[in-house]
Amino acid sequence: MTPFTAVTGAATPLMRANIDTDVIVRIERLTAFQRDQLGPYAFEALRLRPDGSEDPGCVLNQPAFRNAPVLLAGENFGCGSSREGAVWALMGLGIRCVIAPSFGDIFFNNCFQNGVLPVRWPMALVEALATQCAGGAPVTVDLHAKTVTAPDRRALPFDVDPLRREALLHGLDDIGLTLKDDALIREWQQADRVRRPWAWPVVQGATA
Amino acid sequence: MPRTLFDKLWDAHVVRELGDGWALLHIDRHLLHDLSGPPAMAEVAARGLPLHNPELDFATPDHAASSQPGRTPGTFPLGGRLHGALRDLSAKSGVRFYDLGQPGQGIVHVMGPELGIVLPGLTVICGDSHTCTNGGLGALAFGVGSSESTHALATQTLRQQKPRRMRIRCDGELGAGVTAKDLALHIIGTLGAAAGVGCAIEFAGEAVRALDVEARLTLCNLTVELGARFGLIAPDQRTVDWVRGRLFAPTGAAFDAAAARWLSLASDEGAQFDREEVIDAAAVAPTVTWGTSPEDAIAIDGHVPDPTDAPDASARSAIEAALDYMGLAPRAAIAGTPVEWVFIGSCANSRLPDLRAAADVARGRRVADGVTAWVVPGSENVKRAAEAEGLREVFEAAGFQWREPGCSMCVAANGEQVPPKARCVSTSNRNFVGRQGPGARTHLASPAMAAAAAVTGRITDVRTLK
Repeated sequence: MTPFTAVTGAATPLMRANIDTDVIVRIERLTAFQRDQLGPYAFEALRLRPDGSEDPGCVLNQPAFRNAPVLLAGENFGCGSSREGAVWALMGLGIRCVIAPSFGDIFFNNCFQNGVLPVRWPMALVEALATQCAGGAPVTVDLHAKTVTAPDRRALPFDVDPLRREALLHGLDDIGLTLKDDALIREWQQADRVRRPWAWPVVQGATA
Repeated sequence: MPRTLFDKLWDAHVVRELGDGWALLHIDRHLLHDLSGPPAMAEVAARGLPLHNPELDFATPDHAASSQPGRTPGTFPLGGRLHGALRDLSAKSGVRFYDLGQPGQGIVHVMGPELGIVLPGLTVICGDSHTCTNGGLGALAFGVGSSESTHALATQTLRQQKPRRMRIRCDGELGAGVTAKDLALHIIGTLGAAAGVGCAIEFAGEAVRALDVEARLTLCNLTVELGARFGLIAPDQRTVDWVRGRLFAPTGAAFDAAAARWLSLASDEGAQFDREEVIDAAAVAPTVTWGTSPEDAIAIDGHVPDPTDAPDASARSAIEAALDYMGLAPRAAIAGTPVEWVFIGSCANSRLPDLRAAADVARGRRVADGVTAWVVPGSENVKRAAEAEGLREVFEAAGFQWREPGCSMCVAANGEQVPPKARCVSTSNRNFVGRQGPGARTHLASPAMAAAAAVTGRITDVRTLK
């Protein structure tokens, strides 16, 4: 996983509620492309007109917000499908941090797995930041300090779970960490076979 | 201390506490499908790791499989490649694989409970957000992304942070012609698509207790459309009876011991929830969506909103965008809206009782001119059972297409899409922009309501068809 310490740059105000992962990346793109090829297909439904040309009215197409590392969004960002490709597509656009009042649970989790920081902030705060950032003025998101520094130089705090912060700062891989506990896992399983024999599948002389 | 259903399920699976509400949880079942399964399995192999417990992993193609009658894996070539990858990786690592045309193949959230792969009291994951469906049996079931899927294949565990606990109590009885799907849409419309963010939601109350098991799966299926990962219903005698005799269910004394345990999982009297909501089930009407979020749900006698009534600018622009996409006028009555497509299927509504409800409406009627109507059974077993009781003939006589099991037009990742600007009444769970194909206009509804739309050519209150 890519470590995340701090990013500085423009913050794109995409202030709509319930932006789902289907809108972030279409399912067909995931069947056809690798994870590092998805950037051009991020937000197709918003960025492109039906004929495939760019819609200049979409904030994501404005020159000030091309390659902006921060995205500001409304309630319930990333709701819907569990596709981790939604996070990969955002990363392909250069996005490393999303600030919104709330996130779909699976998307929120997928962000941390890939070195993207989701920041939960009250709606009023996100809206105030969006107003300041409308012209492309830069913000700094600092995970060490747990602050977002707005264009007006005010550093505002955010909360992040300590375990997740640690993993992001160091780009830690969960699988390696968990396998250190493998003896414990196998011990648990052995005890569970006695405790819940019915939870361990056996099919006698049958096919489905 | 009284505990909730969720607490009991969680506590029973903690391998190690990790602090700050985090735990290493044992995963009892991992369902793999053609879209998210191959990359996770390939990633584990690329890391040089074996699957930790392949006997707890189960695979079947569903998302990218064509539902065309007479299909082969190659009918939709992109899906055929994924099918081949899932089949080969499963064979290599000793994972049970249910192939097209075999009993057991089907949408993961249909075949899992059907075969007894999913049982009450288990933790169940899948690289699919609608894994919450399986909570209808009283399993702790949740959707994961690729990284978590890889982690679970390699370790049989996941690092999880305990969510908040929410209960939605549904008091009273659902009226005639009103189903679990209507209840689910009504709840999302009432509470909003973000109401469950960060929560495990237990559905309780008289109306929930009265639902058959398939309907409970439907209700839990839509939990993720409330923003939550987990939906739950406490197992009861109805659950136990439904599970008995299924392929992977325990038998004899082992079943009785398991059943006793399942029945003890219900939330204790006095257990505390972080949030509680009460829904009046008796007030629920057949419900349909008008917009591009499942929260855009209204009663069948309702009207689509007027942006000028919105409380603020951002709500106004959201309504305007949704009306524009859906091709609807402000304040229009939803009933009577002409439709061109009907899709009956998906992990929300493709089980035998769903097909029976749709067939009851289709029987003796004809699909309206200009309407294309598909019925896609959720699994090979559902398909065979439906054919055995004559439902296929009912649908075909009425002019519906009877298709092969899979996700089909719900996910539209299999070459099957609603054409741009066509209006579709769908029993699936998502009406997102482009979900059923670029430009497609989706109205979510129950199977009976979808069948009513097919035979009248309009969005219609099924209760008016006698």
